[in-house]
Amino acid sequence: MSKRVLEILKSKFGDDIYETHSQFGDDTAVVNPQRWREIARFLRDDPQCAMNMFVDLTAVDYLGRQTPRFEVVLHVHSLERSHRIRLKARIGDDDANGVEIDSVVSVWKGANWFERECFDMFGVNFKGHPDLRRILMYPEFVGYPLRKDYPADKTQPLVELRNVPDKLPPFSTDEGMPFGRQTHDYPRGEETN
Amino acid sequence: MGEMTTGGGTTIQVLEGSETGFATTKFDALLNWARKYSLFQYPFITACCAMEFMAMASPRFDMARFGAEAPRFSPRQSDLLWVVGTISQRQAPALKRIYEQMADPKYVFAFGTCASCGGFYDNYTTLAGIDKVVPVDVYVPGCPPRPEAVIDGLLLLQDKIARGDRTPAIVKPRRDPTVQAGNLVRLGKKSTAT
Repeated sequence: MSKRVLEILKSKFGDDIYETHSQFGDDTAVVNPQRWREIARFLRDDPQCAMNMFVDLTAVDYLGRQTPRFEVVLHVHSLERSHRIRLKARIGDDDANGVEIDSVVSVWKGANWFERECFDMFGVNFKGHPDLRRILMYPEFVGYPLRKDYPADKTQPLVELRNVPDKLPPFSTDEGMPFGRQTHDYPRGEETN
Repeated sequence: MGEMTTGGGTTIQVLEGSETGFATTKFDALLNWARKYSLFQYPFITACCAMEFMAMASPRFDMARFGAEAPRFSPRQSDLLWVVGTISQRQAPALKRIYEQMADPKYVFAFGTCASCGGFYDNYTTLAGIDKVVPVDVYVPGCPPRPEAVIDGLLLLQDKIARGDRTPAIVKPRRDPTVQAGNLVRLGKKSTAT
């Protein structure tokens, strides 16, 4: 049903809609990040689209799999017309330069904390956001934990940790679940620090 | 005054009714006996183990039997810190500060696997066991632990207090899962040994 929204977008923005697909009823448009906010505002204001409900905003890190590296994903829904659409924009190079995109807080207020979370976890810089701070991690935290190049076992404690050498079984000094990683290749803290 | 004969054949005097008398003991033993039965607790509850804690504190399991009844929501008035649930790196300074605010003697109870060792969280945000921040007296592993296991832990703590023992202790599972696993029926792959 909301394939019509894709048609409207394509006729309105033409070459700035890079690709579209509709799988399993999910309509997706990959758009030009330069016109991100403009397209968002059009989706909200156009009476044929009437996307008045912000649903979700997040990012995906495709390090080593595609360039641009990050994909910002936005889901919006129309309560009036009962259709939804997914917008994607690809930004940033492999060294995480230029990871920035327009904020859509001025279009949907609900995007505020989602963009803060996205900034916190992936380091996506939302231009024009009213209050872009970390929301989950503490301000002292360095780096962006959900980026693929963040070491999976790296922690940044706020207080000095005690040494507990003689912990009783079934616990051991090597805690956590490192065995879950034996079969996976991942950047380790010792190598990258 | 009556008399009571114990198993060893010795006879001890027992006071009855309004009779008065005296007993001798070590002062430390008396103090520890008093501490053991008046554990005021501070619940530092952060995650799903809280449900099990509520079950434990409610009449079905009746923690009040062991004198560990009254929760005090100020660390300054409490003796026993219950750490129930996952502690994140961001919470660690708060936990440390709560512990430092408690008056001596103070005891710490790690309730559940997350508080004991971080559980299955092995990532940038979780503290791998509260003993990295505060010293722990009793660990009760389990996800969540059964109320019986927690009561075992509480009795273990009381025993440790009575003995004046501050080394960490752990409530062992009643059934060893590694032993049990050998008896399970294996589904899926057939055994190669024929």
